[in-house]
Amino acid sequence: MSLLPLFEWCENTAVGQAIRDSLWLFPVIESVHLLALALIGGAVLIVDLRLLGLGLRRQPVTQLARDAQPWLVGGLLVMVASGILLFTSEAIKCYYNTAFRTKMTFLLPAILFTFTVRRRLAAAEVGRVRPLWSKLTALVSVSLWSVVGAAGRWIGFSG
Amino acid sequence: MSLLDFCKWLEKTPWSVALHESLWVYPIVESVHVLTLCLFLGTAVMLDLRLLGVTLRRAPVSEVYGRLLPWTAAGFVLMVISGALLFYAIPVRTYLNIFFRVKVGLLLLAGLNVWVFQRAVFRGVAEWDLDRVPPRGARVAAGLSLALWAGIVVAGRMIAYNWFDPPGVH
Repeated sequence: MSLLPLFEWCENTAVGQAIRDSLWLFPVIESVHLLALALIGGAVLIVDLRLLGLGLRRQPVTQLARDAQPWLVGGLLVMVASGILLFTSEAIKCYYNTAFRTKMTFLLPAILFTFTVRRRLAAAEVGRVRPLWSKLTALVSVSLWSVVGAAGRWIGFSG
Repeated sequence: MSLLDFCKWLEKTPWSVALHESLWVYPIVESVHVLTLCLFLGTAVMLDLRLLGVTLRRAPVSEVYGRLLPWTAAGFVLMVISGALLFYAIPVRTYLNIFFRVKVGLLLLAGLNVWVFQRAVFRGVAEWDLDRVPPRGARVAAGLSLALWAGIVVAGRMIAYNWFDPPGVH
């Protein structure tokens, strides 16, 4: 089944239409999307750096992960909400856009990985996780999110 | 020679033309500039949030500052290099762009904020290093920092839009 009709429907919603017709809305929503990016970046990085043995390494991973969690979740919610708005204004372009498809393909595993494997690993007691697994988890996390970010930027470059 | 003359000269240099017209390099530089937001601003935001007393409350402020600063600084260097290249690719239009000017102004204010924070607030950190909520001066500096950087990001994003560009610069 093709998803094209769904994308067409999104593009034709009143919200999509309003954002398209406005001079300011798209750039303003884009800016919110970017601000949330910085927040997510910080919340993800302090935990991943710690898992790599860098950054705030005197703090327990568990505590850092707990402190970062609300900012990560908050940032993601803003990101998804602003992302959906941007999407509805150019859904059909996105349908044919390789960068958009790449972004979505990596977004799902990035979110799943963050809230399953990485979350459980960061919550584990000290000494119960081998450093190699911690480092591997951090590298996978940073890599997945980097592809999401880079592909996101690339949506604007390709047709 | 005025700044505008300098930008006009810069725009004629072969490397500027090459960068402007490149199919891949310009988008790559721009992506680096955007993704570095996570490293530079992400770590700076975490420090600001600690100074506001809303996260990492069990970690000493001096530790958050000292351990994150190398990452913030590395991010800043990448930001400046990629940002300078983006300017170099499109000098005249960028120089005349109102949002670019706002961004430069806000960057100077953010720098001033850091300077004041270092001299007037952070110097006495030993007294409140373990406070879950740091004193007012630190919170004000952190709040200003967050507001200024948010303004810088928004202004930066808006440079790409040319609503207010003077005619004939494209």
